[in-house]
Amino acid sequence: MNDTDIAIKVENISKRYRIGLKEDMHDSLLRTTIDFIKSPLKNYRKYRSLYVFGKDECDSENGSSSIIWPLKGVTFQVRRGEVIGIIGRNGAGKSTLLKILSRVTDPTGGRAEIHGRVSSLLEVGTGFHPELTGRENVYLNGTILGMRKVEIDRKFDEIVDFSEIEKFIDTPVKRYSSGMKVRLAFSVAAHLEPEILLIDEVLAVGDARFQQKCLNKMEDVGHEGRTVFFVSHNMLAVSRLCERVILIEDGRVQVDDAAHKVISYYLCPEGGSSAEKTWSDPAKAPGNTIARLHAVRVKTADGIIKTDMDIRKDILVEQEFEVLESGHILLPSFQFFNDNGLELFATDDLDPAWRRKPRPAGRYVSTAVIPGNYLAEGTHFVFASLTTVDPYVKQFFQPNVVSFKVVDSFEGDAARGDWPFKFGGVVRPYLKWSTRYQPGV
Amino acid sequence: MTLLNNKLSGQNAETRTGGNSVTIIEPASGWKLVDFKELREYRDLFYFLVWREIKVLYAQTILGLSWAILQPLIQIAIFSIVFGKVAKVPTDGTPYILFTTISIIPWTYMSQAMTQSSQSLLQGHAMLDKIYFPRLLFPITPVLARLVDFSISMVIIFIVMAYYLVHPTWNLLFLPLFLCMMIIIPTGIGMWLSALSIRFRDVKHAMPFVVRMLIYSAPIVYSASSIPEKYRIIYSFNPIVGVIEGFRACLLGTPMPWQYIWPGVLTSLLLLLTGAFYFKRMERIFVDVI
Repeated sequence: MNDTDIAIKVENISKRYRIGLKEDMHDSLLRTTIDFIKSPLKNYRKYRSLYVFGKDECDSENGSSSIIWPLKGVTFQVRRGEVIGIIGRNGAGKSTLLKILSRVTDPTGGRAEIHGRVSSLLEVGTGFHPELTGRENVYLNGTILGMRKVEIDRKFDEIVDFSEIEKFIDTPVKRYSSGMKVRLAFSVAAHLEPEILLIDEVLAVGDARFQQKCLNKMEDVGHEGRTVFFVSHNMLAVSRLCERVILIEDGRVQVDDAAHKVISYYLCPEGGSSAEKTWSDPAKAPGNTIARLHAVRVKTADGIIKTDMDIRKDILVEQEFEVLESGHILLPSFQFFNDNGLELFATDDLDPAWRRKPRPAGRYVSTAVIPGNYLAEGTHFVFASLTTVDPYVKQFFQPNVVSFKVVDSFEGDAARGDWPFKFGGVVRPYLKWSTRYQPGV
Repeated sequence: MTLLNNKLSGQNAETRTGGNSVTIIEPASGWKLVDFKELREYRDLFYFLVWREIKVLYAQTILGLSWAILQPLIQIAIFSIVFGKVAKVPTDGTPYILFTTISIIPWTYMSQAMTQSSQSLLQGHAMLDKIYFPRLLFPITPVLARLVDFSISMVIIFIVMAYYLVHPTWNLLFLPLFLCMMIIIPTGIGMWLSALSIRFRDVKHAMPFVVRMLIYSAPIVYSASSIPEKYRIIYSFNPIVGVIEGFRACLLGTPMPWQYIWPGVLTSLLLLLTGAFYFKRMERIFVDVI
């Protein structure tokens, strides 16, 4: 990578916090009194320890228990114009990383370089004051986010237009509904024009329509060749906006690769290639004394268990479970997710043979058939669950239990026909087309 | 021609790398100086923060900015009755209302500015946690915003002076010095206390009565000449003494009491410098500790 092409360079960044300042409790009045008298000194030491660390506490591996390391040596580079997503579970260190890059907090070790004008957006509407009018808050919030006054003057009409609250722009913000506030706040943020934009989970605002509008705007930002660093839980937004994704786990970079690969890995860390999952030891199987899961499988119509499924053929998904307590009405079900984390559909067992009927103890295999020419190409994840309906109680629920990949063999008889390029959509139905022709004059 | 081409491409390369703005993020260590260049870059934000502070203070009040006059006016009335009429505090011949008006106006400014400045970081912690801008803007904003109230309340001084037929003298030329001092003191104290209050909330609880006690540490209700000669030097190191005595001398045209002023100038500059250093030193831990 050429040095001049780098927008963000992060080298071995780590961060240490002290948590768990314990409050001592005493049960005798005397001890409490003595403690009360001694407490100023103790309190001083306690609060000082929040930012003064001992020599033995400088190692991220063996520190005292009250110290946590949200980041333990994170290294990566972001090229100019790249839109990069950061994903990870809660507490993985994503937000800490973002806070360090936005200079809200300092790293404990390591170094980062940011080349270009940066704006960071850790929340929308920072500094909004309820007593000020919409207009005044636009200026205040805009300058807080790093815009110049002249810049806001220039974009003001555009911002108000985007927020769709022209009528109330001179009303104090405290009279706004929360939706209006968020719309105005996001509009300001959307009109930032930095070279590098760092954003946290801020798209989860407003109603669905406005969210779409924001996503579109964000996409434009990406297309304008700006570097975007996007931290999110929303796999859909990440996969839509980012080409490259970094998965952070336990304060470290776990995977750094193309978006769909990282998201697949995140959703199903075992590699996402298991078409079958069985529990040989019933004691460890999901479930309880009413029913226990035994296996989940993905098969072809010929009964072959495999991960790569022909897009034209039926796909059979089955769950095998043992009913241990007779007399319950049971509802086996599946949910299907694609590799963007979007739930495609859910399906319940409606087989008339057992529907609304109490089941005796024994072993059952419930199979759902997904017709051919239905799912789009790509990896699909299966969630399996079993519910008793009297009352509705989940007996087991296994997310990402198996997965399979729908593939098109490009023989021209699937829904994509002879089209050789990217083919969008979350489903790929083979529709009946007809043509009416009128000969030209 | 080739030369020109080279020049052009060279320029292009420079703009493309954007070498003008590189942000380096590293663990902070040791003492840092105030980055004035950075503060300048954020002047628009500074302007809006000050303006927000002014605008919000009297929002949804009936009297609005009149409060800036009413507050010191009531204080003047009370002090004139209690210390002027009842206790009959000696004022070296100046009418008590005139005497106390000139001291209460700058004092009101300083006490409000230092109180608000010392709480600025805690109050702004929602912003502190979410966005970076020079942290120094927090304690400095209220110090500047309160100047608006101060300017308005100066009207009271002029009215009272006109009533007692006090003529302006050349001493007035020294007033900017004391205005500066009056701004520097709460800035220094504000930087110290706002940074301290992040670590120890005690500041918040101690502040109201410290301010109430400070009023008696300076010649606001009494005259500095009532302080015994041998304590005068120590007394004058309180910078508030210098500001108040300076204001009186400038406005009333009495001889400039420099012996009260120089020690205070020293202290206020010291407060400002140490405050800035301490603030910059603590800056990096604000978000982690708050």
